[in-house]
Amino acid sequence: MSLSKIFKTGLWNNNAVIKLLLGMCPTLAVTNSAINGLAMGLASTFVVLCSSSFVSVIRRIVPGGVRIPTYIVIIAGFVTLADFFLRAFFPAISKALGPYVPLIVVNCMIMGRAEAFASKNPILPSFVDAAGMGIGFTWVLVVLGSVREVLGNGSIFNFVFAPESVYTPWIIMILPAGAFISLGLMIGLINYFSMRKARAAQ
Amino acid sequence: MKPVLIFLSAAVVNNFVLAYFLGICPFLGVSKRIDTAVNMGLATTFVMAIAAVITWLINAFILVEYNLPFLQNVTYIITIAGLVQFVEMFIKKTSPHLYRSLGIFLPLITTNCAILGLALFSALREYTFIECMAFGIGAGVGFTLALVIMAGIREELEFADIPAYLKGAPMTLLVAGMLALAFMGFAGLISV
Repeated sequence: MSLSKIFKTGLWNNNAVIKLLLGMCPTLAVTNSAINGLAMGLASTFVVLCSSSFVSVIRRIVPGGVRIPTYIVIIAGFVTLADFFLRAFFPAISKALGPYVPLIVVNCMIMGRAEAFASKNPILPSFVDAAGMGIGFTWVLVVLGSVREVLGNGSIFNFVFAPESVYTPWIIMILPAGAFISLGLMIGLINYFSMRKARAAQ
Repeated sequence: MKPVLIFLSAAVVNNFVLAYFLGICPFLGVSKRIDTAVNMGLATTFVMAIAAVITWLINAFILVEYNLPFLQNVTYIITIAGLVQFVEMFIKKTSPHLYRSLGIFLPLITTNCAILGLALFSALREYTFIECMAFGIGAGVGFTLALVIMAGIREELEFADIPAYLKGAPMTLLVAGMLALAFMGFAGLISV
């Protein structure tokens, strides 16, 4: 498989959230605004890039029996880096994301890439695969965050375009229930269009 | 009195699954039948209660004592992985029947973000030992509650006429949304 093809699978066909349903906890938890979604997406992308490359480099020297604990320690190390970076340079975002930044450790998308791809492939394809997966994860989070922020707060990326005098925000969209409902509808919508496309192709 | 409030808060008001989105993977994955949901919920509650205590001890006597909070993530995840392994061996030895009924769910608990989330939240909120225990058990009970309710709804959903593009994950998420909406009725009851 060519590098560009590996990159593209992560963006759509094998997208972690909408196709594989991996990494659901951060997807639902931090998408109450577009900026939070973007920050979480980029932090996860950083971690998956570093950990996939690292796992790929050491793939021949890690004994099979202890590979899962090894991967998880590697991931936890990079997550600590990302966490401290956010805390130092973006304290407001770090506060908004709270314990969900350290929780990137148990994002199954990252573990999934280390186990399914990086442990069997050389460093360059692993890096490209992780980039595709990470960016695929990020765009879903940004789209979901934008939809919820627009409907729930009348703003996007903290820019208020519909003040409360003209638009009554649907508070429910930025509350937990809104997260489940908007992600469910988003996946349903994507299924609907791909089914229609498949039927048209027949 | 405060431990009781923390227990109630973690179990219903700030339900781990429906308000904090922790443990979504098992919530979506093993909520197809009520009996497996109950077993999974109990196993998770058991691990949560022990994990809450052990991580509290590690945090208080090692990480804070020697000024190592930056090792928190790494330490917690290793502790939890080891703990799940230990619980598995212990149950296998003492109660083979329970071990068989839990099956594959036991090792999977390691990757349940609710356990790590529990440890991180209780460190963040600086709970005392007793409060931390109440928090762990409450979170486990809340997780079991959400899982069992969801399994009950999904068993009924089998017979419903759902459009093809909403079958599976989308419908489950929509139902979870309705459940979260219902649990919002508890909001503001306790503020711990």
